[in-house]
Amino acid sequence: MQLTGSQFTRTAAVFGNDISTLPDFPAEIRAPAGSLPGVSGFQLSFSSTDIHTPGDAPDVLVAMNPAALKTNVGELPAGGALIVNSDAFTQQNLNKAAYASNPLTDGSLKQYTVFEVPISTLNERSLEGLDMTSKQKDLTKNFFALGLMFWLYERSMDPTLTWIQQKFSARPVIAEANQRALRAGYAFGETTEMFHTTYRVPKATLAAGTYRNITGNEATALGFLAASKLAKRTLFYGSYPITPASDILHQLSAYKHYGVKTFQAEDEIAAIGAAIGASYGGALGMTASSGPGIALKAEAMGLAVMVELPLVVVDVQRAGPSTGMPTKNEQADLLQVLFGRNSDSPLPVVAPATPGECFAFAIEAWRLALKYMTPVVYLSDAFLATGAEPWKIPSLADLPDITVANASKGDGPFRPYERDPETLARPWAVPGTAGLEHRIGGLEKADITGNVSYDPDNHHRMQLLRHAKVEGIARDIPPLEVFGPAQGDLLLLGWGSTYGALRSAAERLQAQGKSVAHAQLRYLNPFPANIEDVLRSYRHVLVPEVNLGQLSMLLRAKFLIDIKGYNKVRGKPFRIGEIVDEAALILSDRERPR
Amino acid sequence: MTEMPSGDVPLSPENQRVIQLTRKDFVSDQEVRWCPGCGDYSILAQTQKVMPDFGVPKENIVFISGIGCSGRLPYYMNTYGFHTIHGRAPTLATGLKAARPDLMVWVITGDGDALSIGGNHVLHSMRRNVDLTMVMFNNRIYGLTKGQTSPTSELGKRTKSTPLGSVDRPIMPLTVALAAEATFVARSVDTHTEHLQDTLERAGRHHGGSFVEVLQNCNIFNDGAWRDFTDREFRDDRMLVLKDGEPMIFGKDRDKGIRLRGLHPEVVTLGVDGVTEADLIVHDEQAEDPYLALILSRMFWPEFPVPVGVFRRIERPTHDSLMDEQIRTATEKSGAGDLGKALLAGETWTVD
Repeated sequence: MQLTGSQFTRTAAVFGNDISTLPDFPAEIRAPAGSLPGVSGFQLSFSSTDIHTPGDAPDVLVAMNPAALKTNVGELPAGGALIVNSDAFTQQNLNKAAYASNPLTDGSLKQYTVFEVPISTLNERSLEGLDMTSKQKDLTKNFFALGLMFWLYERSMDPTLTWIQQKFSARPVIAEANQRALRAGYAFGETTEMFHTTYRVPKATLAAGTYRNITGNEATALGFLAASKLAKRTLFYGSYPITPASDILHQLSAYKHYGVKTFQAEDEIAAIGAAIGASYGGALGMTASSGPGIALKAEAMGLAVMVELPLVVVDVQRAGPSTGMPTKNEQADLLQVLFGRNSDSPLPVVAPATPGECFAFAIEAWRLALKYMTPVVYLSDAFLATGAEPWKIPSLADLPDITVANASKGDGPFRPYERDPETLARPWAVPGTAGLEHRIGGLEKADITGNVSYDPDNHHRMQLLRHAKVEGIARDIPPLEVFGPAQGDLLLLGWGSTYGALRSAAERLQAQGKSVAHAQLRYLNPFPANIEDVLRSYRHVLVPEVNLGQLSMLLRAKFLIDIKGYNKVRGKPFRIGEIVDEAALILSDRERPR
Repeated sequence: MTEMPSGDVPLSPENQRVIQLTRKDFVSDQEVRWCPGCGDYSILAQTQKVMPDFGVPKENIVFISGIGCSGRLPYYMNTYGFHTIHGRAPTLATGLKAARPDLMVWVITGDGDALSIGGNHVLHSMRRNVDLTMVMFNNRIYGLTKGQTSPTSELGKRTKSTPLGSVDRPIMPLTVALAAEATFVARSVDTHTEHLQDTLERAGRHHGGSFVEVLQNCNIFNDGAWRDFTDREFRDDRMLVLKDGEPMIFGKDRDKGIRLRGLHPEVVTLGVDGVTEADLIVHDEQAEDPYLALILSRMFWPEFPVPVGVFRRIERPTHDSLMDEQIRTATEKSGAGDLGKALLAGETWTVD
């Protein structure tokens, strides 16, 4: 099902539509087919205008079996088109999905436009004569459904036919079967009189440039590769497999000819330990994980704060606590990465807002880490990581220079904690440099000399210095940009992957004549210098988050402003409609029903 | 960068310059803060003494440690040094060596640091054959935290945390190292200065993961832990000094030896019951299989004399060389990576 979704995505993107996707799949690799937990879905929105989310509700739902129908039909609005594989509605499958009666015959679907297609039978017929088991034949039926969708939306089959040819080049029979299935689905749409309308979605008007379709994880990996080229240093990526971060490791592992060194460690701690070791040696040492792994890395992140070495830690957030729902979305690690270490242990935190933006922020994370000699946390999430959008490929000349120099021998004894007066960064003295032999470690350092120190005043000074170094980054990052009126009734403020829903909600409210603005924070520590001014320019500030109120708590504590939270943790991104409704409620100045 | 010479490689002119260094060049300006009488002083001194022999410029040497009394050693070495967090020194060393194969990397650890909190990393750094020299100070006690039982403390050991005696069976560090595929495994004693120097030097020259257990005395919390066989008056009779290619003979009068009966070693006396040198096990550090080394690693006082020296020494490709080899191969096959190409990978389309 994920394959079918991504094929449609490619086709729509290459055609020139704006796209936004939400793959929704279980953590179980091969959950029993037809069972409720085994349902795998792929939501795709494509449009002739600039869109920001995979859409609140689909116009068309394709349900390949009763379980898929049961799990997803709630998302389909009344009047929506429902295409079902009627062959799959057997008593056995109805039982698996816990349907007491057949929804196709009991009238429960009458609010939808239902198209019953015997997909399995039609598909099998199209494969007659091929040397395959009937189980193998059945596996191709998703391509039949995809072919039908291509006809319905007037898409070309060519990209997918080519893709199938390449993917199954070693198994010609399978390639032939999948191609036949795709064509049969398309032909079925064309010849049957079942469908009275086809959907025509013209090209979107995107800015001029060369585009590709990209997921957040792909953009993140590419961004780190670019960062190493821009910094002219080896990229060392230490990681332990974890959903939904592993794809970054997979992609970087394929960049060996770029000199990238990837290391699958024995555990999360070893992954970050090795990254710190590599950074100590002058490389771009980095690691990535999801919430549970970040918890394990916490002590080593504190070490990186103390020894003030550059390091980037990626947290692709997922629903928690504990193992939680590994493949589902949440943005609830913000306070963990800010405060989940012993003592005051400040480090910068950045958070891209869209899949494409992941590229620029991977470079930005490294720019900050190198310039300020600090560990930096890069917050992504499951929605960003696996969701896709068209990405305008930047030209190499537009990418920033993020090179920094290693320390070299000067006059007098080397002082490992003598800071740059502007950035407060300490020198990066890389082993192999004669005359700079020195010792660092997790024990408190004496200011300037870096020797071990238990002096009370020194510790106080060092804590303040570490704090000031990170706070000072606010002078070096762009101000918070506002979409909409600079002053008004309501500011929708978000961070990370809520961008699309919030921006779309603001557009809708503005179209209704409401005084509503939207801003998305990409820098969560430190905040942009103008944030307080922005917050104070609106009568109300609403902070929707896929957590129970983490950013809103920070902002309330820091600025003593009565910020309102909108918090839902369903493992899914926000719908535009619910943000609009919540905003309307606030604008009406009524109390929210509890 | 200077290559680290192995024993049989002639020294380059640059290394001949470096070899002029003395122990003093490796002494840092920091005041040593171990308890007076601690075995760590001797380990530090022998380490500083052998450093000039490697012919490696001191800026190319890095000492990485974890937490515990042993963890302080890097502060006292006038090289690069990194005092990390508890148990994790091997992970930093692995990353450093991967990024910088040109450096000579030492890991300093203790029995708690290496075998308790950091056990996993010892296993994996050794099985990967990361080119580092791990020196584990084994005093069978937690010293820095003031006297709790350690993974090498004996069963029944009474400590502050085990007032009625430890119920945990100790593990044998060298058996663990061998099981983890370490390519160089050795043991020495803090007070046996010449033997310790020789062992450290051989470990440092080995290319690959070296694991050296140093029996070390904590005179405050576990005084005399090894005294029964390391003291001058007993050592010849109660320790077996391993020598490659030689029969396993020990004893003040060189009259005792180790014979193998089936899978079991046994102590025999030369000349008694017709036992001759020919009956004894001949040590073979470079044996391809690990069985002999594993048997030796299980021998301990009082059942056996305690073996010291090199248990195993084999050559295998190092982790960093394999990583670099893959990069070389991939680059030969696909050409040096071009960022512009990576950005344009997959299907693209143009909007005018």
